[in-house]
Amino acid sequence: MIIGKGKPIKNILAMIENCSKIIVAGCRGCVTVCSAGGEKEVGILSAALSLARETDGKPIEIKEVTLERQCDPEYLETIRSFVDEYEAVVSIACGAGVQFMAEKFRKIPMYPGIDTNFIGVTETQGVWTERCQACGDCKLHITGGICPISRCAKSLLNGPCGGSSKGKCEVNPEVDCGWQLIYDRLKELGKLDQLEIIIPINDWSTGRDGGPRKIIREDLTL
Amino acid sequence: MTSDSRLEKILSRGDFAVTSECGPPRGADPEVIQKKGALIKDSVDAINVTDNQTSVVRMSSFSSCVILKQMGINPVLQMVTRDRNRIAIQSDILGAAALGINNILCLSGDHQKFGDHGKAKNVYDLDSIHLIQTVKQMRDEGKFLGGDDIKGKPRFFIGAAANPFADPFEFRVVRLAKKVAAGAQFIQTQCIYNLDRFKQWMQLVRDRGLHEKVHILGGVTPMKSLGMANYMKKMVPGMDVPDNLIARLKGVPKEKQADEGIKISVETIQQLREIKGVHGVHIMAIEWEEMVPGITQEAGLLPRPKVE
Ligand code: SF4
Ligand code: SF4
Repeated sequence: MIIGKGKPIKNILAMIENCSKIIVAGCRGCVTVCSAGGEKEVGILSAALSLARETDGKPIEIKEVTLERQCDPEYLETIRSFVDEYEAVVSIACGAGVQFMAEKFRKIPMYPGIDTNFIGVTETQGVWTERCQACGDCKLHITGGICPISRCAKSLLNGPCGGSSKGKCEVNPEVDCGWQLIYDRLKELGKLDQLEIIIPINDWSTGRDGGPRKIIREDLTL
Repeated sequence: MTSDSRLEKILSRGDFAVTSECGPPRGADPEVIQKKGALIKDSVDAINVTDNQTSVVRMSSFSSCVILKQMGINPVLQMVTRDRNRIAIQSDILGAAALGINNILCLSGDHQKFGDHGKAKNVYDLDSIHLIQTVKQMRDEGKFLGGDDIKGKPRFFIGAAANPFADPFEFRVVRLAKKVAAGAQFIQTQCIYNLDRFKQWMQLVRDRGLHEKVHILGGVTPMKSLGMANYMKKMVPGMDVPDNLIARLKGVPKEKQADEGIKISVETIQQLREIKGVHGVHIMAIEWEEMVPGITQEAGLLPRPKVE
């Protein structure tokens, strides 16, 4: 899923400084699962913003909504009837959700209430870690199911670099060296010989370097 | 001969090679590099110039190499893949060749978080093995990575690094084998303090016959002080400083520690010369270049052989 983290309240307060009536919009997708932008967080953020503004002597009216998803047009329609009555929306969906709202509702500004960080997993309760950078050409079958692009700090395809030490990455002793993980996994699988193969120079054009990406499934389009 | 490199000539005729390195200045003054070059010129066969080592911005390796070249030194252009994509890399390779640089050391480079620009974006379009492949393809096939023909092939003696002390140990030789398969002709290793582990690694290297395919130059860095030894042991990832070395430095008074460090380096070089498959040493006297003549003298590596 997409993992995000709430922005500091003071940053959000600065965005809505001149507003007296806003919507705080959550999403029931990924950000609910990672506790950054679901119904619960909408409530917490709204309460915090109200309180801060009251203390400041500039009370604010906040409407709380949580959409099924902010990345699908039909769910956005559920708020169309009242959106324009407000001066801004603080969306705590991922960056895609915030943008999609901005595209569909043209008259009022959309502000991001969270930072969208990565595609990852819930490692243990309250701990999320990155797993994928959406390179558009998955190589997991050759690297023991561990992604060298997202899990090596240098995205090396033929690592590990000389800084790998005791299983940890040179960048941060708290972070596992992705290539140590690949090595261990291939060893477990009895496939260490796979490491002898040079993974060729990558084609990054399938990733963000190729420009904004688009997928069209002819069988599904109307 | 794949290049006009003095280092390649020395290694291919079987002489024990000596290389060293210069860190370029954090400024535009060419004299800094000229002074360092002049200090070690006659004690070594070639001089590496680091490429923004530890991600601290310095004068480019490329221009420093040109300055050394003008002094009659055979420079080794270090190139990391951290800061350049394949377009910039190939362009620099052509430019370096045009200016008479004929050794290149292909590296991935330290992560930018170590330096003074931790907020930078890194590139890593290629990794170090890809960089070796790139230089080899440009030189031998006369083709760019994109497939077009190169008019005027760049002739380089291709080097790479190896760290026998990083983890996982068993994979280190595999990685060396991959670098050799990619086209590396010489290898400069990480600083060697743990000779036992290095010998173990060399055994694995010989078991795979790699010592016959590539020239291995053992890395040697003299310790200036006990403080430096402790720092290297604890703070530098992938560095193996054994306790007995720390104890040895501790055993001499503070003002004698630098001498002891030099002595250890000389002994290391002597031991390295005895190891089958080690074809030279790479002396990295970090901001201590003036010690290189003494170390090479003591280790019996002078005078350096002539090359026509
Ligand atoms: S190889 Fe690419 S698609 Fe596969 S996990 Fe890594 S970044 Fe994601
Ligand atoms: S230590 Fe491992 S994860 Fe970190 S940059 Fe080097 S190879 Fe990649």
